[in-house]
Amino acid sequence: MPAVFQAVTVDYVAVAPMLIVVAGALVGVLVEAFAPRARRHGIEVVLTLAVLLAALVVLAVWSRDHLAVTVGGALSVDGVALFLQGTLLVLSILSVLVMAERFGGVGSDAFTPMGASTPGSGQEDAATRAGYATSEVFPLTLFAVFGMMIFVSANDLITMFVGLEVLSLPLYVMTGLSRRRRLLSQEAALKYFLLGAFSSAFFLFGSALLYGFAGSSDLKAIAQAISSSAGGLDGLLLPGVVLTLIGLLFKIGAVPFHSWTPDAYQGAPTPVTGFMAACTKLAAFGAILRLAYVGVAGNRWDWQIGVVAIAILTMVVGAVLSVTQTDVKRLLAYSSIAHAGFILVGVLAFSKAAIGGVMFYLLAYGATTIAAFAIVTMVRQDGSEASHLSQWAGLGRRHPVVAGSFAFLLLAFAGIPLTSGFTAKFATFAPAVASGTAGIVMVVVGVLASAVTAFVYVRLIVLMYFTEPVDGVVALPASIGSKLAIGVGLAVTLLAGVAPTYALQLAGNASQFLL
Amino acid sequence: MTSLPLLTLMMVVPLVGAVVVAALPSGAARHARQIALGASLVTLALGVAAWVAFDSGSDAMFQLTETHSWIPQFGVSYALGVDGIALALIVMAVILTPVCLLAAWNDVDEAETGRLKRYFALMLVLEAFMVGVFAATDVFLFYVFFEAMLIPVYFLIGFYGGPQRQYAAVKFLLFSLAGGLIMLVAVIALYIAGPGGQDGFLVEKLIGNVDGSPVALRWMFVGFFIAFAVKAPMWPVHTWLPDAATEARPATAVLLVGVLDKVGTYGMIRFCLQLFPEASKWATPVVLTLAVISVIYGALLAIGQTDMMRLIAFTSISHFGFIVLGIFAMTSVGGAGSTLYMINHGFSTAGLFLIAGFLVTRHGSKRIPDYGGWQRVTPVLAGTFLVAGLSSLALPGLSSFVSEFLVLQGTFMRYKVAAVIATLGIVLAALYILLMYQRLMTGPKPAFAEGAAPRDLNRREKWVVAPIIASFVVLGFYPKPVLDLLNPAVDRTMQIVGVTDPAPTVAAPGSSK
Repeated sequence: MPAVFQAVTVDYVAVAPMLIVVAGALVGVLVEAFAPRARRHGIEVVLTLAVLLAALVVLAVWSRDHLAVTVGGALSVDGVALFLQGTLLVLSILSVLVMAERFGGVGSDAFTPMGASTPGSGQEDAATRAGYATSEVFPLTLFAVFGMMIFVSANDLITMFVGLEVLSLPLYVMTGLSRRRRLLSQEAALKYFLLGAFSSAFFLFGSALLYGFAGSSDLKAIAQAISSSAGGLDGLLLPGVVLTLIGLLFKIGAVPFHSWTPDAYQGAPTPVTGFMAACTKLAAFGAILRLAYVGVAGNRWDWQIGVVAIAILTMVVGAVLSVTQTDVKRLLAYSSIAHAGFILVGVLAFSKAAIGGVMFYLLAYGATTIAAFAIVTMVRQDGSEASHLSQWAGLGRRHPVVAGSFAFLLLAFAGIPLTSGFTAKFATFAPAVASGTAGIVMVVVGVLASAVTAFVYVRLIVLMYFTEPVDGVVALPASIGSKLAIGVGLAVTLLAGVAPTYALQLAGNASQFLL
Repeated sequence: MTSLPLLTLMMVVPLVGAVVVAALPSGAARHARQIALGASLVTLALGVAAWVAFDSGSDAMFQLTETHSWIPQFGVSYALGVDGIALALIVMAVILTPVCLLAAWNDVDEAETGRLKRYFALMLVLEAFMVGVFAATDVFLFYVFFEAMLIPVYFLIGFYGGPQRQYAAVKFLLFSLAGGLIMLVAVIALYIAGPGGQDGFLVEKLIGNVDGSPVALRWMFVGFFIAFAVKAPMWPVHTWLPDAATEARPATAVLLVGVLDKVGTYGMIRFCLQLFPEASKWATPVVLTLAVISVIYGALLAIGQTDMMRLIAFTSISHFGFIVLGIFAMTSVGGAGSTLYMINHGFSTAGLFLIAGFLVTRHGSKRIPDYGGWQRVTPVLAGTFLVAGLSSLALPGLSSFVSEFLVLQGTFMRYKVAAVIATLGIVLAALYILLMYQRLMTGPKPAFAEGAAPRDLNRREKWVVAPIIASFVVLGFYPKPVLDLLNPAVDRTMQIVGVTDPAPTVAAPGSSK
């Protein structure tokens, strides 16, 4: 036991992007406290975007030359972490642009003016009349992004748990802040919170067992303990791995830990849903990659078969249940479950190419999904979101550009060539096929599941184009911010499908963990 | 001259045409058709130039090649090139496209400018993809075109088809997509089994270099074959075709059945046979059985149809059975017959679909019993329909006869039983074509309630029919130029597969024994 306190060395350049984001979040809280109400929304949006952009620039210009395991081994700022953090920042910028959408109102259109008021009460009306706005979502977003950035670079189970909680808590709150259908939103938040807390407990318990096994919560130390296993506490290893993995698989919405996904996705304010689907998933996959590849790869023959089964189940259940959905947001939720399965197929290939492929998939899927949810926010009937599928009928006749963009994104989800969905699937499936029989089985299930999901997306395209329009459904004219987010999402979807070389190379070069 | 990237240009021209057509202001939308036709004619000229530039005596596997690195991380190149088979199919496609555009001239009401522009733009996009899919010499690139092609066809059926168009469009898409996705697994496995590297998907690099256990190679073969069997379409995965063909506009149906489905049989030669010779030989008995079933089943069902478009679709299933039979007979005669049949079938189906379409626009019904005696009111229409039908049933002197005869001869050299059973298909063909003609055209002059008899073919329609009829006669009497184009490629395929024609068992008369 060290007798004297030793100060850890911190490579400040390597962690600067994280520090910038958390500092920005704190400033955002101060803005909430001191800025006049009427100007908060504007200040918060500009501040949040500036902070995210600054972090991205610092990351791209300086941090990438400072690959290091730092903060006493708690954080590993390596290629994988930086690529995922950079992608996170880009996707968060897009998400914030969508969250800031006001559609001509006072505050963000998607969020309730006063989260604490009882739905339908006089207090809520009063808050609306007084021009309240929940601009707290922007600092909350920054806190969540901070947690995600820790999550993807955590080199230690304790740090990973801290990241998990820091990213989850703001999301629980944001899920409950929907302006419309507030009861549904609050129910979603409660479900998400309870199940999330449950999964955190699994993760923590697993971490404790792994600590018991290895005598350390450091991933590298766990890996060493596995390879030089001296017996004794071996019985703790497998349960520990399984429980920590369950905690992480919950966050990506893998079956059978997926039951929160449709409810939370449907109830949350739509821009938050897009943020969760893109960024939370990315962060959780980052953590899974690190835990599986750096930490517990040594005994993967013991646990891999279980995760293979989970991947297959996830793809099948996600694809099949998406067929029966009648709500656009629930449909996209089940589609995100199926996509989580596809990505897991790549994770389980255990090769350097697989890391690159998974990271490329996360980037491509994130951009597509944020744009898709941004379009969902625009389609309205009587002011509220027209999320029921029947309301999307004939949208292509009234709003050809909106429907055309959405159709293109759906084709990407379906994995049609010349969209990012295809190249991304190829990038994750190819290493899986190369990895052996289990990989091939998963890929075959994956392509069959893709065919099922393609049916779902095509049915939606049919609905938008080939059926008679519903009266009163309109696509609201979006502000420049939303348009930018959708435009970038579409551009990434197209470019990653037609000319993916640069992104693939970036992901491929970054696919090295620092031990 | 040869340095001109002809094949790329043949894709760029229709794509540019499509963009121009789609971007026309509503006021100028009337000109969408002229512009589309112009673009397709320029493409046709490029196709002719490609044919001229092609040297059928050359030893190179592919000519007019263009190779650029596309996604080196996946081993993917943008590689185009043609052998005789691919070139012949491309030329057929670029001939049929302007013909179809002309036939589709009045499919969409001129007042609906948006619909009109989209229709012709989609046709041009489809043309570009058709050229691409035959010209691709990179397996990944081929797959991209193979799948991307589905989207314009899906919209052409789904937007512009008949009353059941949505059902037909979705069924078409799902069948093709499911087949294609199975192929994707095989494509990935192929790269891993191949030499790899930054251009590991090039067909030329892969041929003869695919390593793997026989079992693995067989699975890969099956992955490719299922996709092509759906596309071709063979029994029992043919069920999407009759629906798609009857709900699509005739012009779309021609491009779909006449050209797109050839990707299936073309793919069998290019990928199944050339990349997996051993597995192909292993699968031959099953494939031949399926082909023979397709021949007979398609013909029998054609006889029973009352919807003329469905009837023509079922005849195609029968004819595709012949094509597959010739390919997997693995004799030079059968191979030449099959590849020639692909061309001939494209034209004869075009004739049947388009002229039947003209008939439908005059009377508004696709049901055969609603007609009768039309040769008395529209003699030119009836006559041309008869010629197209006779070509389809392989009357000597018309094009299909040559190819069908070659296929059966080639098959008989090795698989006598299959050849004999398949010959029944010819007899049945006479039955379904002549019965249809009899019910539609012969008999007493039809009584028209409106009093005004329908007009015979107008000038535009004659221009549609003329090149098709010309192709029947030219290819029927003098197929040599096309066969000269096809034969070296067929021989090379046989060489790659490693089979030689079986020696004749009976000495030819005059040979010294």
